[in-house]
Amino acid sequence: MDVRLTTEQRELRDAAARLADDLGPGSVLDLADDDRAARLEKAIAATGWRTLRSDGASGVEVALVVEEFARGLIDVPFVGPVLADELYTRLTEAGGPTEGSTDGVSADGVAAAASGGATVAVDGVAIDAKGLRGLLGLDGTRVLAGTVGATVEGVDLTRLTGEPAGPLTAVGTLDEETALRFRALALVVTTADMLGAARGALTLGAEYAKVRQQYGHAIGSYQAIAHLLAEARALVEGAVSVLRHAAWAVDELAAAEAVQAALVAKAYTERAARTICETSIQVHGGIGNTWECLAHVFLRRVLTSAELFPATLEEIDLGLS
Amino acid sequence: MDFRDSPAEAAFRARLKAWLAENAGKFPTSGDEYWHKQGEWHQALYQAGFFGLSWPKRFGGQELPPVYDVILDEELAIAGAPARPSLGYLAIGLGHHGSAELQQRFLPGMINGSERWCQGFSEPGAGSDLASLTTRAELDGDEYVIHGHKIWTSYSDIADWCLVLARTDSDVPRHKGISGFIVDMHQPGVEQRPLKMINGVSAEFGQVVFDGARVPAANMVGKPGEGWKLAMTVVSHEREPSTLGFSARYGKLVRQLAKKAAADGAAVPDDLRWAAVQAEMLRLHVRRRLSEQLDGLVHGPDGSLDKLLMTWVEQSVGHAALAVTGTRDPEMLHAYLYSRAQSVMGGTSQIQKNIIAGRILGLPAS
Ligand SMILES: Cc1cc2nc3c(=O)[nH]c(=O)nc-3n(C[C@H](O)[C@H](O)[C@H](O)COP(=O)(O)OP(=O)(O)OC[C@H]3O[C@@H](n4cnc5c(N)ncnc54)[C@H](O)[C@@H]3O)c2cc1C
Repeated sequence: MDVRLTTEQRELRDAAARLADDLGPGSVLDLADDDRAARLEKAIAATGWRTLRSDGASGVEVALVVEEFARGLIDVPFVGPVLADELYTRLTEAGGPTEGSTDGVSADGVAAAASGGATVAVDGVAIDAKGLRGLLGLDGTRVLAGTVGATVEGVDLTRLTGEPAGPLTAVGTLDEETALRFRALALVVTTADMLGAARGALTLGAEYAKVRQQYGHAIGSYQAIAHLLAEARALVEGAVSVLRHAAWAVDELAAAEAVQAALVAKAYTERAARTICETSIQVHGGIGNTWECLAHVFLRRVLTSAELFPATLEEIDLGLS
Repeated sequence: MDFRDSPAEAAFRARLKAWLAENAGKFPTSGDEYWHKQGEWHQALYQAGFFGLSWPKRFGGQELPPVYDVILDEELAIAGAPARPSLGYLAIGLGHHGSAELQQRFLPGMINGSERWCQGFSEPGAGSDLASLTTRAELDGDEYVIHGHKIWTSYSDIADWCLVLARTDSDVPRHKGISGFIVDMHQPGVEQRPLKMINGVSAEFGQVVFDGARVPAANMVGKPGEGWKLAMTVVSHEREPSTLGFSARYGKLVRQLAKKAAADGAAVPDDLRWAAVQAEMLRLHVRRRLSEQLDGLVHGPDGSLDKLLMTWVEQSVGHAALAVTGTRDPEMLHAYLYSRAQSVMGGTSQIQKNIIAGRILGLPAS
């Protein structure tokens, strides 16, 4: 038993963190800076990390990059393409797409997925769809394909959602185990996304608490503020621990166990991340409740990733079996 | 990265499982009976080769990586055996700050369980603000004479030795005038006054009054005035769930509660499911922390994060116990009531948060 990150994993994480710090939006205003977003898109495309899975990377590596990207509020697609890449890879491993199954639209979608230009559909919505054409989905064990239609801004200010251009059609089938494993990965990447966003919100709040003065002192010197932030910091540690295990489990445990590990991670991190973002808003006072403060941007990202591939407490195994 | 056992770890786990099966039911797991038999339990574990695993061989340990303690704790919980005796942090204090002679004299007995220890830090007037302690130690020839009042001293009534913090110099700033001593508990100047906890247990902690107790100067841990450093080492390790060996216990309680809920045919309350998530978090967190120790990391303020997490877990399990069995089940009520002490012992949650805020987040002091 040795659950440390390897040197390569630490380097990957640091590289993702640097990229996010350099090119991610540093303010709400930055979200509208198309030049920056274009530079970011180019930089991420150059890393090849959207196809980490088909390149053989583990769930741990994918989760590390997702976490750092969310911490930096990366506002170009990542989670969607990573999951599409996973689905496409598993589909081809299963001998798909099934011959003759692809009409014009789904053939387009599959072709886009093959070249890394696809995202996934969740409950009939194309998530994380900015600039992407291909659309893959999983319904039970059936892989569906189509294309993305119009994109819209949603709750999450850093990611666009899209409507499918038309109905998705089945292009192949995965075995149960592989379909479960896809769910585990989807739970893990959305958990990593929440954790990263929460870490970003915590840093924002803690830094503000050092500079904002009231009654002649930095507000972070008041225990009521300091203790909220300290609790948030501990929640981050707990979430790191559950996520690390779940990310490892994606490739290393039986699929049903991997899903259980991921459900635990997501249930824990969802509550933790929401609390941390709420703390960040509270620590900012009035400013925290304005559109211009990044705190709500982190919160919105957390809420969105919580709803994608949700984890409910009812599904948690209580160890009776 | 691998959360699984290595072949050597798996072999160790199998041996342990077999030993626990043979010894099932021999030792009480809770209440006063647990504390009365705790010494025998400690020695039985040690003699079978399952205690003091990560300690140097010269002190009776096995020099195994710290993750072996995780395996021990997990298997104890699965088998429903008593928890691992939690003296690790005193030994760490002695290991860091004691002279070679003191270590050779005391560590083996501490590890093999033949000598019992307690920690005499807190006083009626010095709890969170430990540096305000007023117990005095005065040099008299080659001995120190101790006067003072210690309180909340866990297992004091069965202890052979007490690691006492006492003031040896009142003319220097208060943190600098404190020294640490290894005091023999079997002597006239030591009076024990038991305390009863809110769950009714009276063997857990007590008060100790030192009235002219004597300790050889050679039993000072470190130099005069180095007691504060010793105290900080002890309490920072005391805060780690990995050292306490409690973490696996929570998963066991959750499974017991789930069985009770199932037997009652009642719906499983959300409090119990949440406690299950929390307990699993701590199990995995301990694995991560112990793995990090393979890098030789020394946990300073990080112990406060671990302590806070552990406290939340224990108290959420306590709430789950109330949600499932109310006040009807004495064992579960006991677990709930005991959980309230977790945010006080080893430094209160408020003090942990002060440490996290100041030393980890870098927030300014008030
Ligand atoms: C089960 C148990 C076992 C124990 N075992 C031992 C032992 O073996 N050896 C030993 O030496 N001690 C032991 N203790 C004592 C323990 O370390 C102290 O109880 C603890 O440090 C708190 O001190 P206190 O009880 O004096 O409370 P106080 O320090 O008086 O605290 C009272 C309240 O005030 C809060 N408070 C105090 N200062 C601050 C501050 N600066 N900021 C914010 N809030 C503050 C506290 O959080 C707490 O809520 C044990 C305690 C328990 C409950």
